[in-house]
Amino acid sequence: MAQRVVEPVESVRRREAATPLQLVWWKFSQHRLAVAGAVAIVVLYSIALFADFLAPYSPHHRTGQPYAPPQVPHWRTEDGWTLRPHVYALRGQLDSRTFRRVYVPDTSRSYPVRFFVRGHSYRLFGLLETDVHLFGTPDGGSIYLMGTDQLGRDVFSRVIYGARVSLTIGLVGVAISLVLGILLGGLSGYFGGWTDMLIQRLIEILLSFPSIPLWMALAAALPEHWSPLTVYFGITVILSFIGWTNLARVVRGRFLSLRNEDFIVAARLSGSSELRIIRKHLLPSFMSHIIASVTLSIPGMILAETSLSFLGIGLRPPVISWGVLLQDAQNIHAVAMAPWLMLPGLFVVVAVLAFNFVGDGLRDAADPYAITGP
Amino acid sequence: MWPYIGRRVLYMIPTLIVISIISFVLIQLPPGDFLSSYMATLAASGDHVDAALEAALRRRYGLDQPIYVQYFKWVSGMLRGDFGYSFEWNRPVSQLIGERLALTMVVSASSLLFAWMVALPIGVISAVRQYSFFDYFFTFIGFIGLAVPNFVLALVLMYTANRYLGVSVGGLFSAEYADAPWSIGKVIDLLKHLWIPIVIVGTAGTAGLIRITRANLLDELRKPYVETARAKGIKEWRLILKYPVRVALNPFISTIGFIFPQMVAGEVVTSVVLSLPTTGPLLLRALLSQDMYLAGSFVFLLAALTVIGVLISDILLAWLDPRIRYD
Repeated sequence: MAQRVVEPVESVRRREAATPLQLVWWKFSQHRLAVAGAVAIVVLYSIALFADFLAPYSPHHRTGQPYAPPQVPHWRTEDGWTLRPHVYALRGQLDSRTFRRVYVPDTSRSYPVRFFVRGHSYRLFGLLETDVHLFGTPDGGSIYLMGTDQLGRDVFSRVIYGARVSLTIGLVGVAISLVLGILLGGLSGYFGGWTDMLIQRLIEILLSFPSIPLWMALAAALPEHWSPLTVYFGITVILSFIGWTNLARVVRGRFLSLRNEDFIVAARLSGSSELRIIRKHLLPSFMSHIIASVTLSIPGMILAETSLSFLGIGLRPPVISWGVLLQDAQNIHAVAMAPWLMLPGLFVVVAVLAFNFVGDGLRDAADPYAITGP
Repeated sequence: MWPYIGRRVLYMIPTLIVISIISFVLIQLPPGDFLSSYMATLAASGDHVDAALEAALRRRYGLDQPIYVQYFKWVSGMLRGDFGYSFEWNRPVSQLIGERLALTMVVSASSLLFAWMVALPIGVISAVRQYSFFDYFFTFIGFIGLAVPNFVLALVLMYTANRYLGVSVGGLFSAEYADAPWSIGKVIDLLKHLWIPIVIVGTAGTAGLIRITRANLLDELRKPYVETARAKGIKEWRLILKYPVRVALNPFISTIGFIFPQMVAGEVVTSVVLSLPTTGPLLLRALLSQDMYLAGSFVFLLAALTVIGVLISDILLAWLDPRIRYD
């Protein structure tokens, strides 16, 4: 019987001709959760970038209505559905049980929500002076999408501004960890022997410290009189103290396994200097793994900053971050009276989940030539 | 086996020494010391600050000695079981920590057990029924447990328990039992309050364990011996439980190593929120007031316990899996 030659299908031909980057991208886009996470991250960072535009109120502005409940925009009036949303006014009244002043929606009065309204002025990207905000209630009234806190500040605006600090602190910390991790992991893996053992023991010791007590001790060591910005940088350095260990381990593992590969030996034999080998051959082979590890350590940093600020030893007011905002929700009394104060926690969860998903997707896609799956 | 254990124990000694040095340095990092911050608070509240008194106190507590002398005094005391004296509480450190350490261990150990008992079945079922609704659902829940910061979960649970279940929250005991001597009633009361911290601290560990179990089991299930066993006619569930699950249990033992410090750390934040009488709030206060012996001994103890925990988990793993011994 003659053998039938099977023509490769178009998709197989495309796959064989694709560059590694294209393969990584394809593999990544197959992972639906990772793509969703990537979208969420882009959204979050855009929110942080355009914070001034998106926030209806200045984050330090006290509206005089403390502990106001969230005002949800409605799209329905008595006449039916309308395209222009409106919010009900807030009316203050004395709660009969607690004798505190609480605010309840007053369904008899409502204010239309308009878009691109003029509000407090700010500098867009630090350059253009403008005062246009995405939405607001220009005809009076208020729009507290997430209620107000104890001092009457709009929580929604504060969450948006807090995104700036919370999301960037992870990036700076991770950058430092990256440098430290690659350096020490590379030294450890490349030279082996005593250097390796020493660095490995150091990593073990650092890893065996429970992280929060270590951070607490370091954060409590930051002098109180430092400006908020220096405290911010101090905290990122502290956070990267532990973050680099995981990265160093990954780098070391890859170095060790790659060191004896044929193409490295060939490069060495043909006279490349060690530095050239590291730069041109070793680094590109594990770049993708590094990126995956780095992405997976960002949520750890966000969580750490949030926990520290929550305990009161991280960032402090007037700096706004999600952890500082959650400080207001620290006890059962505040939470029972104003549960909307816990909403910044939701943002933390979304950010951490998004980074975890993206990191997972990157890790699965990192080695596009590996065969996985059944 | 014994040479392996011997080697590990020998490695532990320099590790502990370095940890003690690091703990001591950590405590000394903030400028000044306990006496200076104490005097500052006195001066701020308008009390008369006597320089001679301060010098005398300094001599008495040994704070005027150079750093390395203080360090050696501390370490030699620790070797004798004397962890020093807490300036703030005016009691021996060993007494303070001992009271709380027992409860901390109870919370951490039960959280670990909770994490295992939840993660193992979920991981197994997720792997066996891969890509099913069950798989996706529980993977997602696991992720939520990973992503939600411990204290947010603590707050939310506190709020729901208080509002919808009417359970008295905060602390490990209700008011009646707080100072009472131990009895069955007190134990039951403890159990009633314990579930919140256990769930909170356990969920973070659960997520990681589910993922690891699922991944390992998936790898095992593809191996040829599973096919063979199936071909020979063993019932599916019996087959899965007898062989692949045993192999997939490996990471459970080895992750005690780094799950343990995570749990101790996670437990710190949770107990501050829930005001549990465990080590967390005590540590926070000690660090903030620079109570040197208390904070230093605390950090050292937590780190040392972690190292010992890692050692135990490594020994257990070596006992389970002979391949590791010839590392």
